[in-house]
Amino acid sequence: MLERIGYIVIGIGVAFEILGCIGLIRLSDVYDRAVAATKCVTMGTCMMLCGVALFGAASGNWSMLVKAVICALFVLLTSPVAAHAVLRGAYLSGVPMAHTGAEDGFAQRAGELRRQHQANGQPAESAGQEQEASHEEA
Amino acid sequence: MNNFFQAAMLLLTLGCLMCLYRIGRGPTAPDRTISVDILGTLMVGFCCCMALVTGQDYYLTVAIAWAMTNFVGTLALAKYLEGRCYDA
Repeated sequence: MLERIGYIVIGIGVAFEILGCIGLIRLSDVYDRAVAATKCVTMGTCMMLCGVALFGAASGNWSMLVKAVICALFVLLTSPVAAHAVLRGAYLSGVPMAHTGAEDGFAQRAGELRRQHQANGQPAESAGQEQEASHEEA
Repeated sequence: MNNFFQAAMLLLTLGCLMCLYRIGRGPTAPDRTISVDILGTLMVGFCCCMALVTGQDYYLTVAIAWAMTNFVGTLALAKYLEGRCYDA
């Protein structure tokens, strides 16, 4: 019974991963792509690891169960953090959005951060042009 | 049982090919960084399939180590993208 549930959970996980990768190809913008791919692939990997844990519980292989649960928790914690950091870096380095209809709540704070980095004397050669571009947008 | 996991690994290979397409094509650097991150997470899925096909649990140790190195590498690339030094 547990093995049957494990098969179903692993199948759902693989489907989520494929859908995330299709989103990585089909969407129009780095922000859209990152959100779709990160959410779907994190969910799919966690479901696959839960399936492995179910298989381990069914066959009495307890070390497999414990390792799968630890790995699932780790992926669930770190993958969104990594994507958030990359997208923050993308916004601060001036990658444009495809659809700029909505309100941009991070623009003011991003300008402050860029000014702080320049005041600290960081070697940001390309940041100057992008800063001017963002001021024009604002 | 083996047919199921072979099909699952085939689908994961398809996903890896999509990620490689985005790495090669992607117009900006964050696209490539995100794709490398997703590729590393897909490898964890491969490790799950291998653990179940062979019945050995050390593949899950490989998966944990892979997820950790993937996280650290992505954070380093994110700091680089933000346009400042690594220790800021």
